[in-house]
Amino acid sequence: MSQAARQRSGNLPDINQRNADWYIDKLVQYLVFLSGISAIVLIVGIFVFVTIEGLGFLFEDFSFREFFLSPWWEPTDEDEPTYGILALMAGTASVTGLAMLVAIPFSLGSAIYVAEFASGKKREFLKVLIELLAAIPSVVWGFIGLSIMNPLIIDLFDVPVGLNILNAGIILGLMAAPIMTSISEDALKAVPDRYREAAEALGGTRWQVIYKTVLPAAKNGLLGGVLLGVGRGFGETMAVLMATGHAINIPGSVFDSVRALTATIAAELGETAVGSPHYQALFTIGIFLFSITFVINLSADLIVRGIRKS
Amino acid sequence: MDMNTEESIDAAVGLAIHTDALNLWYGDFQALYDVNLDIKKGRVTSLIGPSGCGKSTFLRSINRINERLGYVRIEGAIDVFGNNIYAPEVELVQVRKQVGMVFQRPNPLPASIRENILFGHKLHNRERKYSRDDEDEIVEESLRQVLLWDKVKDNLRRKATGLSLEEQQKLCIARLLPVKPSVLLMDEPCSALDPKGTAAVEELIWELRGKYSILIVTHNMAQARRASEECIFMLMGKVIEHTNTADMFVTPQHQETADYIEGRYG
Ligand SMILES: Nc1ncnc2c1ncn2[C@@H]1O[C@H](COP(=O)(O)OP(=O)(O)O)[C@@H](O)[C@H]1O
Ligand SMILES: [Mg+2]
Repeated sequence: MSQAARQRSGNLPDINQRNADWYIDKLVQYLVFLSGISAIVLIVGIFVFVTIEGLGFLFEDFSFREFFLSPWWEPTDEDEPTYGILALMAGTASVTGLAMLVAIPFSLGSAIYVAEFASGKKREFLKVLIELLAAIPSVVWGFIGLSIMNPLIIDLFDVPVGLNILNAGIILGLMAAPIMTSISEDALKAVPDRYREAAEALGGTRWQVIYKTVLPAAKNGLLGGVLLGVGRGFGETMAVLMATGHAINIPGSVFDSVRALTATIAAELGETAVGSPHYQALFTIGIFLFSITFVINLSADLIVRGIRKS
Repeated sequence: MDMNTEESIDAAVGLAIHTDALNLWYGDFQALYDVNLDIKKGRVTSLIGPSGCGKSTFLRSINRINERLGYVRIEGAIDVFGNNIYAPEVELVQVRKQVGMVFQRPNPLPASIRENILFGHKLHNRERKYSRDDEDEIVEESLRQVLLWDKVKDNLRRKATGLSLEEQQKLCIARLLPVKPSVLLMDEPCSALDPKGTAAVEELIWELRGKYSILIVTHNMAQARRASEECIFMLMGKVIEHTNTADMFVTPQHQETADYIEGRYG
């Protein structure tokens, strides 16, 4: 404020006075902005860190052919370590695939029930229950796989080991189902009621209305839900580590034990020398996983967002 | 639908809809009181009255779409061409087939124009397989009846939700026709349209009279006057007056009707 202006204002309250509220407001704005961008900073930071750690391997020992096409993951071989992740990819893919076979009908069914049939208290109760299910720690699911599913599978199917694709696929399917249910339910709820009313007034039964009108109208959101489930499956570590049997294997049936990409990192990282080729190879797997889940989640998010907008 | 004696009586005097002491509650709130109405076959009957007087509620009980809400309770009877649609043995799907409904906001399904037209048709004709040609014919005929064919004939695969509101509303009328309803209910079908669209849809409704018995809710008295032969005035859940439209607007029999027509209820 200029000297002249100050003189003119005389005894009037100084309208340019900044009091404590002004500073608090600025500070809060700043903090909120910081936490807002922290997500971006963290993502970029993690990606950079993982990339740097894996970089040495990428430039020296990395062979595209061996890495993606060899089924031999033998990083500790004294003479000739090999770093092939084909079997690990097959493990992750087969477990995730089975998990989706389990989770899709499950989550779609419960989403339809919650969104279209349940009402009032029942609906609220179910929604809370689904949220709770989603919050069960994955180690608990792994434990269920180890101590309940394992003997059950051995008994039921008369196989020597119960830690296999079947076990992990079911566990992972149940784990992914709640979030998929939530997303699908949102998608169904986002279908305007006018459509249901129109179809019903034309003579559709409840099921025809859902099947012919609501599901087609919600298909993008439902797809987004499935993609998120797939992302969850790729990224899940602990339960998969405990329930797959953790054996490197290109599976021939659901009763074969396999090993997942994530579980490999979790199990081996602690036992490697920092900076060794093995250590760096694990980080390269990390880069690979990160990229895949990033793409899957991003597309799921874009699809789901697309619906919200329209 | 089987012929019973009641039906032949109603048919003789040409009744499309007959209601008998119809009372309706939303939960504890009573929205209709002792509605007794005889709505003639093949006529356009308009339903007027101030907002909240129960016009939509009455209309929506004639195809039982009210029942989507779990808390609606009804007493009394509604006969559509002599059959009580609230009789316990009645199939809801058959009621909906006989009584088509057009809503206030055009509500085409998020599918193509063609699929919208065929939606009801496919629901109700599941035993017989229709060839593509048959279906094309149905689509063309329905769209011609609502004067929409020339506009959309090259875009039948386009999304119906991309049409203008006027076209959407015409489509919503057109998709009822393949199902061959005898009654058409319209709940303020023009209120979302501009004056040009309103005129076009009104004209269409006028074209359809005779073939269908049409009951149209409107808050636009000029529209009721222009586009209906009979007129029902409702107030606070009760029917006050039901006469020829011309008589209603020239010599209303009740003070309330006169007040409403003169705009004293807003
Ligand atoms: N779904 C509903 N639940 C509870 N009350 C309702 C519902 N729909 C309408 N009503 C009430 O019933 C009365 C009649 O409403 P409505 O038939 O929509 O009137 P109108 O179409 O003549 O404007 C109003 O008082 C309204 O508040
Ligand atoms: Mg209304």
